Amino acid sequence: MESISKSIPKRDHFPKISGSAKYVDDLSFEGMLHGKIVRSTVACADIKEILIPDLPEGYFVIDKNDIPGINSVHIVDDDTPVFSDGTVNYVGEPILMVAGKDLKVVNRLMKLIKVVYDEKEPVLDMMKSETIFYQYGYTKGDWETAFREADKIIEEDFQTGYQEHTYMEVQGMIGFYENGKSIVRGSMQCPYYVHTAVKRAMGLESDKVQVIQEEMGGAFGGKEDYPSILGCQVAVAAYKTGKPVKVVFDRSEDIICSPKRHPAKMHYRAAIKNGKITGIDADIVYNCGAYTTLSPVVLQRGLICATGVYNFKNLRVRGKGVKTNTVPNGAFRGFGGPQTFFAIEMFMDHLAKEIGMDSLSLKESMVVKQGDDSATSGKYHFHIPFPEMIEKLDQMSDFRKKREAFRNQTGRYRSGIGLSLVYHGCGFTGSGERDLIKGVVKIVKNTDDTVELLTAGTDMGQGLKTAFAKIASDTLEIPLERIIVQNPDTDRVPNSGPTAASRSLMVVGKLLQRAAEKLKRDWKPGEYQEFVEKYVHPDFMIPWDLSKFQGDPYPDYSWSANAVEVKVDTLTATTEIVGAWGVYDVGTPIDMAIIKGQMQGGFLQAIGYGSMELLDVNDKGVIRNNSFSDYIIPTSMDVPHLETEVVENTYDNGPFGGKGAGELPAVGGAPAYVEAMENALGVNLHHTPFSQEDTMKVLEAFKK
Amino acid sequence: MNGQIHFTLNGEKVTSDRHANERLLDVLREDFKLTGVKCGCKEGECGACSVLLNGVLANSCMVAMGSIEGSEVVTIEGYSKTKRFQALSDAYAQTSAVQCGFCIPGMVLACEALLAKNPNPTDAEIRKGISGNLCRCTGYNAIVEAVKIAAREGKGLW
Repeated sequence: MESISKSIPKRDHFPKISGSAKYVDDLSFEGMLHGKIVRSTVACADIKEILIPDLPEGYFVIDKNDIPGINSVHIVDDDTPVFSDGTVNYVGEPILMVAGKDLKVVNRLMKLIKVVYDEKEPVLDMMKSETIFYQYGYTKGDWETAFREADKIIEEDFQTGYQEHTYMEVQGMIGFYENGKSIVRGSMQCPYYVHTAVKRAMGLESDKVQVIQEEMGGAFGGKEDYPSILGCQVAVAAYKTGKPVKVVFDRSEDIICSPKRHPAKMHYRAAIKNGKITGIDADIVYNCGAYTTLSPVVLQRGLICATGVYNFKNLRVRGKGVKTNTVPNGAFRGFGGPQTFFAIEMFMDHLAKEIGMDSLSLKESMVVKQGDDSATSGKYHFHIPFPEMIEKLDQMSDFRKKREAFRNQTGRYRSGIGLSLVYHGCGFTGSGERDLIKGVVKIVKNTDDTVELLTAGTDMGQGLKTAFAKIASDTLEIPLERIIVQNPDTDRVPNSGPTAASRSLMVVGKLLQRAAEKLKRDWKPGEYQEFVEKYVHPDFMIPWDLSKFQGDPYPDYSWSANAVEVKVDTLTATTEIVGAWGVYDVGTPIDMAIIKGQMQGGFLQAIGYGSMELLDVNDKGVIRNNSFSDYIIPTSMDVPHLETEVVENTYDNGPFGGKGAGELPAVGGAPAYVEAMENALGVNLHHTPFSQEDTMKVLEAFKK
Repeated sequence: MNGQIHFTLNGEKVTSDRHANERLLDVLREDFKLTGVKCGCKEGECGACSVLLNGVLANSCMVAMGSIEGSEVVTIEGYSKTKRFQALSDAYAQTSAVQCGFCIPGMVLACEALLAKNPNPTDAEIRKGISGNLCRCTGYNAIVEAVKIAAREGKGLW
């Protein structure tokens, strides 16, 4: 193990465990008002009229007419309104805000406000949508010939459901307007996204907007784009009322209106010739919901991952993101990858049966290695440690032996084991790092020889402050106690980019390391010094061309192999998860305990996605299970034996050899779980989550 | 209607004018400024608002003020002054069991409630003991490990 990998107590440990850390809902300011948002109760309508009761002194209604700038939240595109512009496109769309000193009075006023709708027929089924927000595609090799000359063509449909982030801390922001300046503070992954959005909605220059991140109680992607929307709303409310305005959702509001993982429907075809897979043709649809938010990039990543970790010579991949009258979907750990990885991993398992091979042997025979072309005609530039990872996984889980033993079972209890091989591309997709983000960091050395790291990177629990401090401390060879890392404030930190895309450690961490190296060379005791470091695009990358969907979408990839074992009671359809094992390559772990925590937490989320996390929308477009009583996530009892290991595969372009880690474990859990279920049940399965009810359906079908 | 509710909060005798049907959670956070008591769902599912009520773990969002007259309430703010907390905190630090931290004050009190009854719990007993407290970050392993470390290194405290 590298010396930097040795774990240290996390920087935020004590304030959080002692309850003294302040999250946004723990903050209160002089004269602060509480805001609640009136939301659409219908999925598609024009608003005919809004009836507002007489407001008591000091109570306000804030709507589109109060926006001093543009009624649009800049995310990737600008179609999301701050407040409804007269139409509503999903249940939960914000129409107006009520704000006042006493939250109880605000809640009472909310009930008295009546919105009169001219309802229209909503589009809820993504396959019936006629509005395509985004569409991409690519080919590789000669897919047409592969299919024309095939001995056999196998076609299957796959489907993945919503997933709700279920961060423990709901969304919340506080807006201020003081001396012509908008200040927004709250729970957010990307302060500069909020900064850009608030500038536009408020019609202000950069130096008149300040965004401050507070302690963040989890995010997982769910606080990547949404805080831009809420940030604009509280900024406008503070501007109108002249007071600080705090909006913190309750859980059901959070589930109704915050983004989810995109549901997907995926049609796959495989050309088989002489017992080999000679071509893959994938047709993918992601349900974006009512507005575009982050969907273009989510869809891009989904399509890049569509053929998994395998070296197929001939490919066609097409995909579209479509509009429906449902809540806009956005970023969620894995960012489009878990959907298509589910499909390709299940498909490979089914194709292995067709070919007459066991699934792992087929996967091993086709897995990519260093120097291979990627699906998008880029290149895998670095070592891909699948052989050693699979070996390690087999040792941990006894996969091969169990898979053999679980053939042809009889009796009430049936065991199954499944395995998935996945990656997560590190950093922003395509040329985003170079053309859009252009990350900048600053290191300041104070006269007392303490060193402050200034980045826009946010710690949502993943350990970023600790990891950054370790990188700086090890580079400068000074004690950790002399490194200062605070929550970002856009008045103080440069724009190092969003805390997303598994980029912070690899990209921003590297910039910090380079800045620290410069400081070290030029260290002047007792003097104030500062160093700014800017992103440099790796020169080995094959340039990404979005119009052709070709090139290297990422400089490098993190890899993982996952296995899940289940025992199904065929009488009750209950499933016990006997074990879950994951092996990960995240480069050099910058802190072993932090990496283990990321891997274990992400893996459990992914098993939740595969097994129990079902979110359902009814025929009026209403989310049926908008509470913790009805949206079920894993507890400490659900997967008692979950083990993770890392293989160390240094990435030379990352700090101390580290690369992206946060999202990787969220990718492979669902296919490993569902493959285990199909191994136990002896059928092919095609969707996630695969619930107890689904198991019962399979068992009932046997009886017929 | 009028009158006050009397209870002991983190070792001190206190009173509240709040209505009997108010949630203990809101009173602790708003009136006593004990913001270590977190609100995750307000329906007794997540455990972020856990407190010790007469030594028993309780979701303070599900406790009506009218039911606590004469009771003893301990929140993380009170518990964090104890040696037992220190042992748990040290153990959590060793395993980096604190990620986003939002579930952690409640989780630590769940660990206390468990260890007070069972100073040497097995893995399965620990998992059961914390099963009313949701954590979305850790996958729970680091927390289970921390409880084992605290039980071992905090010998005699429980």
